[in-house]
Amino acid sequence: MWFFIIVLIIVVALLAYLISAYNGLIRRRNQIENAWSQIDVQLKRRLDLIPNLVETVKGYAAHEKETLDAVIRARNAAVAAPDTPVAQARAENALTGTLRQLFALGEAYPDLKANQNFLALQEELSSTEGRVAYARQFYNDSVLGYNNKLQQFPTMYFAKMLKFERREYFEADEAARSTPTVEF
Amino acid sequence: MYDLIQSNKRRSVLLVAGFVILLALVGAAFGLVIGNGPIATLIALLVGGAIAFASYWKADKIALAISRARPADPERYARLHNLVEGLCIASGLPKPGVYVVDDPAPNAFATGRNPRHASIAVTTGLLEMMNRVELEGVVAHELSHIRNYDILVSTLAVTMVGAVALLTDLAIRTMWWNGGRVRRSGDRPDRNNPLALVGFALLILAPIVAKAMQAAISRQRETLADVSACQMTRYPPGLISALEKLQADTTVTHAASTATAHLWIEQPMSGVGDEGRLGGPHRWFNTHPPLEERIALLREL
Repeated sequence: MWFFIIVLIIVVALLAYLISAYNGLIRRRNQIENAWSQIDVQLKRRLDLIPNLVETVKGYAAHEKETLDAVIRARNAAVAAPDTPVAQARAENALTGTLRQLFALGEAYPDLKANQNFLALQEELSSTEGRVAYARQFYNDSVLGYNNKLQQFPTMYFAKMLKFERREYFEADEAARSTPTVEF
Repeated sequence: MYDLIQSNKRRSVLLVAGFVILLALVGAAFGLVIGNGPIATLIALLVGGAIAFASYWKADKIALAISRARPADPERYARLHNLVEGLCIASGLPKPGVYVVDDPAPNAFATGRNPRHASIAVTTGLLEMMNRVELEGVVAHELSHIRNYDILVSTLAVTMVGAVALLTDLAIRTMWWNGGRVRRSGDRPDRNNPLALVGFALLILAPIVAKAMQAAISRQRETLADVSACQMTRYPPGLISALEKLQADTTVTHAASTATAHLWIEQPMSGVGDEGRLGGPHRWFNTHPPLEERIALLREL
């Protein structure tokens, strides 16, 4: 009789552990996916801001056609970039380079620099760039938490059985190493 | 860094447990003085529990109201809103309510009961004085309070201190009726109650101990929030330079009161020197570690 009760308690405890460990892994995996889509959301938001910015600048510095065209080209390239992290990051970097030149125009055109719309867009864009960085950071933190859980004893044994797999970090290195190419 | 967060969490749990014990002791003392042990202890715990439960739902609204905080206009305070959103993405938190307090002194606080019901408030003085990176450090510090559930712990701590004060007060006043054993005509023959002296001493000490414990909880939490803020921004110099600016500034935050002192990023009252002039026991009642210590700790990261 006692033997059965003890076995029962052990089985229930084991089941409870398995359920909570499984749910924990699922929660962490979903968080990774959520973090990844957050990066996309912020990147897209950035791309959506650019036409507005170009229009605003045109009103003050229409003859800076080269710079404006370069921004638009870089933006379109980023929209069309294949859906791999490295390709996307390269396109985004090129865009950042051209945007910097666009904002430098503000120094040459005091009217533009004083324009409320221009200032607001500048604030929006720089904080969106910050958000992209933060979203990547959160993605990597999520991957770290998930991988840690996955490789820890004793989760590692049953995670393998249930085919949970390690996730890769987002590496800024490869993207950052490729210098932004600006065409003129 | 991760270890520090863990040990801080454990210590806070211990401190809250200490509060419960203190509250029970007060109840027991109450019982000794009026000569009715277990029932009074039970009443003390019940009253404490009821107050804690009530403040759980309403404390954030009250804290915002007594600080005269108003919702930050998304157009006018676009930079602040953008910073908060960015840091929320970094930490995976939902965006809290963002409030502004009209006060020239630079300061900020967070309140609420969990990340989904949380608010942060900054003074207009802070917005004027800090550049983007510094403001980001301060906002990250406040968001860390939210993420680590400090907002809940400090709310509970305030409530417990309040409950201890209320009960000791009640006990001491009750003695005028009966417990003081003043001989009156019509009294029953005197019963000796030497334990009442012990109870009396406990009742005097309890509020002081409670205050010191609240301060200890708060100090722990400030250090923890500084560290996890840097984990959030990955840029300690931002918060360091913000704290240095707070150190150089001597304006008193008028919007703060002693009741909300522990909520703010910098101790808002004057006289409790960041210079550390009043050492020893005085430090036990500071809700914040000295700014130098906080800065020194961040430099080590």
